[in-house]
Amino acid sequence: MKLKLALPKGWLQGSTSELLERIGFAFDEYHEKSRSYRPLSKKFPDLFIKVFHEKDIAIQVAMGNYDLGICGFDWVDELLSKYPSDAVLKLRNLGYGHGNIYVATSKLSNITLDDLKSGDDVVRIVTQYPNLAEAYALKQRFRRFKVLPVLGAAEVYPPENAELAILAETSEDELRERGMVLLDTIGMTDAFLIANRDSLEKKNLSALLTPLLDATLKEINLSVPSKKAVSTTWGPLEPGTVRLALPDGHQQKHTIGFLERAGIRMNGYQQGNPVCRPDIGIDGVVVKVVRPQDMPLQVANDNFDLAITGQDWLRDHLVQFPSSPVHQLLDMSYGKIRLLAVVHNDVPVNSLEELKEMMVSGKLTRIRVASEYINIADKYARDNHLAPYSIVPTWGASESFLPEDADLLIENAETGATLLKNNLKIIDQLMETTPCVIGNKNNVAKRDKIAQVMEILKKGL
Amino acid sequence: MKVPRCKGTKDLMPLDMALFRRIENVFTTSCVKWGYKEVRTPTLEYLHLFTSAGTLTPEMLGRVYSFLDWDGWSGERVVLRPDGTIPIARMYAETMSESGLAKLFYVENLFAFDSTGHESRERWECGVELIGDTGISGDVELIMLALETLAKLGINDVEVRLSHAGLIRELLDEVGSAELLQKLIDGKKDAINELKSVNTDLAKKLSLIFGVNGKNKGYLDNLRAIFPTLSATFDDLSNVTQLLEAAGLNYNLQLASGLGFEYYTGTIFQLYYKGKKLGGGGRYDELIPLVGDGPTPASGFALYVGHIMQIVQPIKPADASAKRILIKPSGTDADSMKGCYGLADSLRKKDYIVELELCCRDEDGYSWIITGDKEFSLTENTTGKQQKGLSGAQVIKCLEASL
Repeated sequence: MKLKLALPKGWLQGSTSELLERIGFAFDEYHEKSRSYRPLSKKFPDLFIKVFHEKDIAIQVAMGNYDLGICGFDWVDELLSKYPSDAVLKLRNLGYGHGNIYVATSKLSNITLDDLKSGDDVVRIVTQYPNLAEAYALKQRFRRFKVLPVLGAAEVYPPENAELAILAETSEDELRERGMVLLDTIGMTDAFLIANRDSLEKKNLSALLTPLLDATLKEINLSVPSKKAVSTTWGPLEPGTVRLALPDGHQQKHTIGFLERAGIRMNGYQQGNPVCRPDIGIDGVVVKVVRPQDMPLQVANDNFDLAITGQDWLRDHLVQFPSSPVHQLLDMSYGKIRLLAVVHNDVPVNSLEELKEMMVSGKLTRIRVASEYINIADKYARDNHLAPYSIVPTWGASESFLPEDADLLIENAETGATLLKNNLKIIDQLMETTPCVIGNKNNVAKRDKIAQVMEILKKGL
Repeated sequence: MKVPRCKGTKDLMPLDMALFRRIENVFTTSCVKWGYKEVRTPTLEYLHLFTSAGTLTPEMLGRVYSFLDWDGWSGERVVLRPDGTIPIARMYAETMSESGLAKLFYVENLFAFDSTGHESRERWECGVELIGDTGISGDVELIMLALETLAKLGINDVEVRLSHAGLIRELLDEVGSAELLQKLIDGKKDAINELKSVNTDLAKKLSLIFGVNGKNKGYLDNLRAIFPTLSATFDDLSNVTQLLEAAGLNYNLQLASGLGFEYYTGTIFQLYYKGKKLGGGGRYDELIPLVGDGPTPASGFALYVGHIMQIVQPIKPADASAKRILIKPSGTDADSMKGCYGLADSLRKKDYIVELELCCRDEDGYSWIITGDKEFSLTENTTGKQQKGLSGAQVIKCLEASL
């Protein structure tokens, strides 16, 4: 029986690769710059290996799609805190990826957990770990709380936009460097070897387990690059100040170009620059750098007045919350990408109708739809009467899910070259999307100042 | 492909529903006769209604169905109602607090995740809430009402297990550690052992108290001898037992049965039949202030419909088959059907159960078969005796004469 192993991409990838090389895996391609999601091991030629975002690994192992996996303990906790299951067994701390999940607040907010527990005000918790955050709030018996899920940069939200951040850091010192105060520690991020219970009971995994559980492994000193961003704080804002969110990641380069065309010279918003709150040089405007995926929700909640995100993420938000007050103020009209429905080339269909026919004929019993755009994918499946279907949320590396772990992928593409490289084909187009500036319809108090900022931004078109 | 029902849920089939309605009717009738009024709260409530300390335990909150509504961008979660009493407390605080004493009852479904497969994730409760300063006589009235309902359903010899949340708190007063106290209150198995290492004397006393059941006031006197400092809460429970005795009701004093209470503050009672819990309730004087109103004492109980359905038999109405009629129209055209529709309507107004033959079906189970459209033939199904050429009015006359 073929064994299956799920390995992480991202910050644990380098150390995981080094660890496995030391015990003789001899990969053809598994390193931080590799684009292959299916590395091969010369030592274990029959082993099926797939690379996932580490958040997906705990889920994949729990579902039994993979026998073994390596991921941060935080993502195992995040899964099990919402979906208690004995399907995942934690076999070993692999000795790298050290860090903790901290409950923290801004050093400016001067609040304690006791204040929050005894108070009647809403406790806003911003986090990458929404399940852990909800379980923590319930355990602490906060009378009223709201969990604001973000994909990253949780530390930039308190004190203005959240009372608490639940986030992973390598140490308390690092937390302090980000302007945060530790209130509680609720977990750790160490890399763990995990197994599916059923696989452990029924399959012979010993060829893999023996070297991975070898006691001498603990002597290997592996290092994980520390995360870069360093937070500064806005501090108290003058009434009427416009709070602008700029994107990090892939969108950053294009946004810099756009702002320069509009005559804006940013200080501290260069790619790879660690400043989370750069200076825009416009009076009455402050900036934070956050994930574009998180922006619509933050603008809806009045945590920002303006944000530069993508129409795809705006659509995903509005599909989930049709009455949200967020709307597009400016189509920035560059960097057009398409949102596509794709399948693997091995699947003998060229359209969604043909995929549905596979269900009618019984060749497919359930359509698994993978996507980072959970709400758009869900609506697409509903509107097209795919039944039954399940949504497989992904956190990056989505192309790798086809064909083994999903049947249909809703994914963005500029040229489609990456899709072709991954042996995928397009069967439908959902929308074209460009970057855009979004605002909140209910934001009447700052209307004039926002209009002024928009006039400046329009010069970048 | 057949689509199965959702995991952890149950379909109520016609026989189940007959049983369900019988229980509901008996409960509703009892409540009305005791002067209670029916209410119904929404299936969706805000999660924060249930997260306040003193409402639901974290263990229970970990099993609620909560989600973001379509306008939930603020992160405000809603839940499928996991408890019947807390929404009633919310409703009282929101709209009824000026009205003083409220005697309310409800039949509602509650939702909580269950992974064991033993319980349905959706369960039905017949609940009663008595809101106002009734004192312990209110608690006793609720026990009497619950027992009366069960007795009317044919369930006698119900064991009433009595405990008292305030008394439990007093007994545990010396524990010290808040965490251990919560474990003891929650009835966690290893809590007494943990206490042994901290306070052996108290652990021994509690083991004794929680391990012994009393059947009369003598047990309460023994309890006071062991814990001489017990105060008003002790008298509270003692008075409840005296009123129950005055009502001629038996009870078992089992203090341990009250462990795991959530919002209760005083008397806690649980109703068992042959080892199966059929319901329970108690006093919750601090719940309504928690949901935003002033100090308001209250108590209530709920009967578990699913558990009662496993015991009670459905009663077939004695005259149901005698009044069951099948009309077989001569044709399906409008003209033929018109006469049949009119006759069926007249018969239903006279309390007959009348079905029109919509497709070919078995005639068993009907007392009478009527064929025709303007002129009818009436056949007595068991004997085959037939009368022909009858008008609609004559059909009715013949049927009435035969009963």
